[in-house]
Amino acid sequence: MATTFLTSTVDLVARFPGSVTADARPGYHGFIVEKDKLVEIATAIRDEFGYDLLTAVTGVDYLPENKMEVVYHAYKTTGGPGLMFKVQVPRVGPVEVPSLIEVYPGVDLQEREAWDLLGIKFTGHPDLRRILMWEGFEGHPLRKDWKEPFYEEDFKPFKSRWPEGKHVSAEEKNPFKDNLKYPQNFDPEKWIPEGDAMLYGSLARYTTVDPEGLKADRIVVNMGPQHPSTHGVFRAAITLEGETIVGLKPVVGYLHRNHDKIGERNTYLQNMPYTDRLDYFNSMSNNFGYAIAVEKLMNIKVAERAEYLRVIMAELSRIQNHLVFVGMLLNDLGAMYTPALYAFEERELILDIFEATAGSRMMCNYFRFGGVVRDVPEGVLQKIKDLVFDRLPAKTDEMERFLSENEVLVSRLQGVKVIDAEDAVRFSMTGPVLRATGVPYDIRRADPYGVYDRFDFDVAVRYNGDLMDNYLIRLDEIRQSLRILEQAVKQIPEGPINSQKPQYQVRVPAGEAYGRIESPKGELAFYVISNGKPNPWRYHVRPASFVNITALEKMCLGTKIADFVVLLGVLDIVMGELDR
Amino acid sequence: MDNEKLSLPGYDIPEDLEHAVAITTLDRIYNWGRRSSVWPLMFGLACCAIEMIAAQAARYDMARFGMEVMRPTPRQADLMLVSGTVTKKMIPALVRLYNQMPEPKYVVAMGACASGGGPFKEGYNVVAGVDKFLPVDVYIPGCPPTPQALIAGMIKLQEKIDKQSLKRVAWYDGKKKDANFIPEPILGPDLIDPRRNAEIKSLAAVKEG
Repeated sequence: MATTFLTSTVDLVARFPGSVTADARPGYHGFIVEKDKLVEIATAIRDEFGYDLLTAVTGVDYLPENKMEVVYHAYKTTGGPGLMFKVQVPRVGPVEVPSLIEVYPGVDLQEREAWDLLGIKFTGHPDLRRILMWEGFEGHPLRKDWKEPFYEEDFKPFKSRWPEGKHVSAEEKNPFKDNLKYPQNFDPEKWIPEGDAMLYGSLARYTTVDPEGLKADRIVVNMGPQHPSTHGVFRAAITLEGETIVGLKPVVGYLHRNHDKIGERNTYLQNMPYTDRLDYFNSMSNNFGYAIAVEKLMNIKVAERAEYLRVIMAELSRIQNHLVFVGMLLNDLGAMYTPALYAFEERELILDIFEATAGSRMMCNYFRFGGVVRDVPEGVLQKIKDLVFDRLPAKTDEMERFLSENEVLVSRLQGVKVIDAEDAVRFSMTGPVLRATGVPYDIRRADPYGVYDRFDFDVAVRYNGDLMDNYLIRLDEIRQSLRILEQAVKQIPEGPINSQKPQYQVRVPAGEAYGRIESPKGELAFYVISNGKPNPWRYHVRPASFVNITALEKMCLGTKIADFVVLLGVLDIVMGELDR
Repeated sequence: MDNEKLSLPGYDIPEDLEHAVAITTLDRIYNWGRRSSVWPLMFGLACCAIEMIAAQAARYDMARFGMEVMRPTPRQADLMLVSGTVTKKMIPALVRLYNQMPEPKYVVAMGACASGGGPFKEGYNVVAGVDKFLPVDVYIPGCPPTPQALIAGMIKLQEKIDKQSLKRVAWYDGKKKDANFIPEPILGPDLIDPRRNAEIKSLAAVKEG
């Protein structure tokens, strides 16, 4: 299978005797690290062993063992398998773990998320506020003993519904007849909302303005959550000095749909349609990542024809994503809607293929563990061939001809720095933004999954790391995807489309798995822990958008407010995935 | 609208004026203007927003119905298209936007989430339907609704507009002017709807179990 975690070649135990043990639980990998030595060991992992890209940080609540665990996944930007290390702390009093923000600045938002949802306090984190929920919210929802207002049972399928229950609406079971829950004797009239005081407090570090005795005020501008250029309900609180950005904090969570919590109640298969709604432009890619994670746990092979169908669908998805990206980028630059119309014209043709194959335009729900849910209908493969060999290359060239040498576009994009390679890696960025800085890190090549190792393609890379490169690399990637597709539609074999029998409930042995793919936006990974029951014990999504905006502040400091819109645009965030 | 429909009151027009004069009611001409220029608030919440954009693009082209002018500001919008899951964190901003929209204003709940919570209803941060706060005019089912479904919903809204009469609508009546004002929810330990303060207080005092 794709990713394996090395416990043999990297001998962390020998390097730190006494503070590191190999994780010996059945189905688990990696190392368990002593809490007090965490920062020192993480520094060694980065500097001595060369794992410079810390992709994911998340917590796990082991309620029966009365333990909390923080799990770190580190990779090398030169490619190869990853290294997983964990910290375990007793689940009593304040759960505290040292923050790794000094070693890997990319953990910033992810540690805040673990604090918000699991109540793990990262000591030394400079700005440990809630991130997805609001300040003042009661409890840490992902803890296993925290029950949501519409709580019915720990696991689905609920006994009241299946096999012979009848449906009682969730409102009937809640005293407030709504999705609400308050502490005992709560009085709403006496409540003083926290508001944004802490957010603005975190920006206040920047309020020392007194150049040569002249008093100049800095102003705070809120962009979003309703703003035409923020790609959904993203909000940024920005401190401005004149037109220059001197402070920026992303505020997210306006579309936090509790993906993890719902995912832990669902059975494994029930989660598949939920993954569609993460990055709603690329449901095929999301399915891919989740299927890989669970297949790794189940230790099954994927049917050969299905492997090719998966690649075809994922690459078509990437093409339409990048086309829309270009259209929306031009929207952000003020070319209101015309380029986007060109993008949507092609996107509709790709969606037609998805609709014919999976039954839905956007929410495809197409992958199954061991294969895909159904074969492509007759004639669709020919349609794909027509698109791949004929229409899409011509249309990509057309788009390039219209845009790439446009004087206004070039002067807006060229030379505006996004980020340099070193910072991009430090901030755990992945995807086209990282590759535009000159780091050729593409999971399809660095840590191949599926059948990507059978195709001949180049990892698109550009070296300037400015806006122009970020735009051009998307066109490069469309061309590389077309190359993969050309080979895939030629090589696709006949045969079954699933190696397993179709089933509603899958048996997943206990253990953990980290399935990662190169989604159009960067690394999309699913961290799934099974305890042998029909539902995952922990289900965590590591989305590309969420981790990529960690560097937003770094990218924007010192630039003009007008460029903020474009800088956010090239990150290609999508809120469904960012907030989950 | 063609002359025949517009001239329904049935006055006889002299033959030489037939193509120059149309007689109609004030309601009819007023509603005809409004229904042909429904300007939505440019605001996407989630997945449904993408289908909303697709409906505006070349293939489905909502401009045919006079609905293509997306306004980024609520002050110029007639219609709030709630296109996606409404979360507790978002609903105060949504209510504020609604209050800022001038009358006459309409709300369309697009998709399963906005209509009733959809697949995410059980989530702790999800408002189970935007109609808990805003008066919804049209519900569009689907997850997400296809652009065709969206357009069908918008046509339903047009039919609703056609049936309104200046004599009865609230927004010209001085006494009912603020009928549609919604107090903004507050983010407490959970979402607080100020209209339900007393109820929340009494229910929270009851010991569980």
